[in-house]
Amino acid sequence: MIHHLLVRILICRGKQRSPDSTKMVEMLFQQNTRQNGRPMVGPYRENNINTRRGDQWSPAQYKILVYNNRILKVRKMIVDKIKKREPSAKNKTSNIDIPVGKWIKCDKCKEIVYKDDVRENLSICPNCGHYFRMHINRRLKMILDEDTYKKFDINIDTNNPLEIEEYPKKLKALREKTGLQEAVACGTGKINGEEVVICVMDSGFMMGSMGVVVGEKITYAIEQAIALKLPLIIFCVSGGARMQEGIISLMQMAKTTAALTKLDEAGGLYISVLTDPTYGGVTASFASLGDIVLAEPGAMIGFAGQRVIEQTIGESLPEGFQTAEFLLEHGFIDKIVERKDLKETLYKLIQYHKGGSGNV
Amino acid sequence: MSNTKITAWEKVEIARNPKRPTALDYIEQIFDEFIELHGDRAFKDDKAICCGLGKIGTQNFTIIAEQKGRSTKENIERNFGMPNPESYRKAIRFMKQAEKFKRPVITFVDTKGAYPGLGAEERGQGEAIAKSMFEMAKLKVPIIVVVIGEGSSGGALALGVGNKVFMLENAIYSILSPEGFSSILWKDSSRAKEAAEKMKLTAKDLYEFKVIDKIIKEPKVEEKEDFIKKVSKSIKKEITLCISEMNEKNSQEIVEERYQKFRNMGEYKIL
Repeated sequence: MIHHLLVRILICRGKQRSPDSTKMVEMLFQQNTRQNGRPMVGPYRENNINTRRGDQWSPAQYKILVYNNRILKVRKMIVDKIKKREPSAKNKTSNIDIPVGKWIKCDKCKEIVYKDDVRENLSICPNCGHYFRMHINRRLKMILDEDTYKKFDINIDTNNPLEIEEYPKKLKALREKTGLQEAVACGTGKINGEEVVICVMDSGFMMGSMGVVVGEKITYAIEQAIALKLPLIIFCVSGGARMQEGIISLMQMAKTTAALTKLDEAGGLYISVLTDPTYGGVTASFASLGDIVLAEPGAMIGFAGQRVIEQTIGESLPEGFQTAEFLLEHGFIDKIVERKDLKETLYKLIQYHKGGSGNV
Repeated sequence: MSNTKITAWEKVEIARNPKRPTALDYIEQIFDEFIELHGDRAFKDDKAICCGLGKIGTQNFTIIAEQKGRSTKENIERNFGMPNPESYRKAIRFMKQAEKFKRPVITFVDTKGAYPGLGAEERGQGEAIAKSMFEMAKLKVPIIVVVIGEGSSGGALALGVGNKVFMLENAIYSILSPEGFSSILWKDSSRAKEAAEKMKLTAKDLYEFKVIDKIIKEPKVEEKEDFIKKVSKSIKKEITLCISEMNEKNSQEIVEERYQKFRNMGEYKIL
């Protein structure tokens, strides 16, 4: 019974944060501790409870932990409820209302976490610290000063060079789903008042793959950085060149790279930020060519995909292979920067590069 | 020509045929002399890419070639023509020397792709390819690229940024292998034949896309020796013609011409 109530209370947070709910929890918590005869306080992390989904839970793990007036562990029940709801048709009788789409599963710790908590935490899992991939808009909001982003006026579309029938349909569906026109957004904006040209890629749009539109937009942004004498920052996330456009996608590697030679000659600063995942033709072109190459912790970065490598060498890959930390160790990135420090780090780095002839 | 009847998949098979002449076979015929030089001065001499100096008449060249083996032993030595990062770094070293001593660069493209290995990733395969393209894009001497067999993915493009790109009639040039393409697009690698037709990887397709500048005709299936001679003669003719044109231009024009060629890669719709 108490459990049911708690589930309801926790769910309330999805709708509104009623002050009553926390009070109620506290009351229930006190009752509960009195029954068990021992206090249960302290942050959840210190308890180091393995909460992997599907694991057997010891009675101790069913304990309800409260910290700063927040419930930190009734997850098991919620997980069970969500499990029961899939497929929902079987569970029509369930009278517990769990808002679908408010919870997401962490890829790393497999924990089901509350979406708003993740968002408030810079899209980082509050449980294990895993970095979720970010939508372009979120990334721009995180990096740029408020209301300073000005999108470049470049509206183009692929003309489907391989004439693949499903390709335009797929693009259309993705545009509706993600609200993005393509896998990259580029424009100008300010970082603590410093004006920059910024490109942000999105893994939600065909895995951030580079076809003619992405190639052209990145190239255009590089040219704008030269013309406006502004530093260029590219947030990379990509599976590589886009298969659906064949050789034309491959040529975008040469196009973006060639444009970067111009920026280099003009003395402009280019900072490349590698985020999870950056692979293939993007790694083998603009992503690797920054004056400074930064990466987010744990990001997977490489040229060949892991499955391809495993098939080629016929053995499994070592732990940590192709992570940002691995690349740092092998000398291919300058620094791993935590998400919370990215904006400040970029600002500082820009300050150090003011001497270049390509800067205002 | 009867060759027009050859399907894309058949071209894939021709391009991959282990008996197909390799870069060194052509180099011997094209150039009056070839001195191979080795090493990237940092890690090792990776044999999947051969670098060296050559001459046609009085004109000196820097030659950079992806080289497949002609026997099993040689293939193992050359890693089946799949370069590791140090190969590309060796190539970069020779490009820079070519610029310093004002020699045009001729590259030969023939690879299944850059090697997808553990060590290759550790030593920055992606960075090596990117840097190779970067150096080519700004090199102040003419670069001529000849795609002679399989030109697959970034491993091929790493030597592909030239003022002129020539391609043998039955060579292929693509974003990845048809097998890879079909397994990514249709989750079924057995549909490679179908993929080959779809991918537009033949010389004719690429000429239409303006990715290559010239198709070099191949003689019909004849004696191997004769084939090499005939094809080498055609390549040599194109190289000399092209170089005499380029000699009229100054280094700035050469760089700009190459830049514009790649700047305009791929058409798109304006919305």
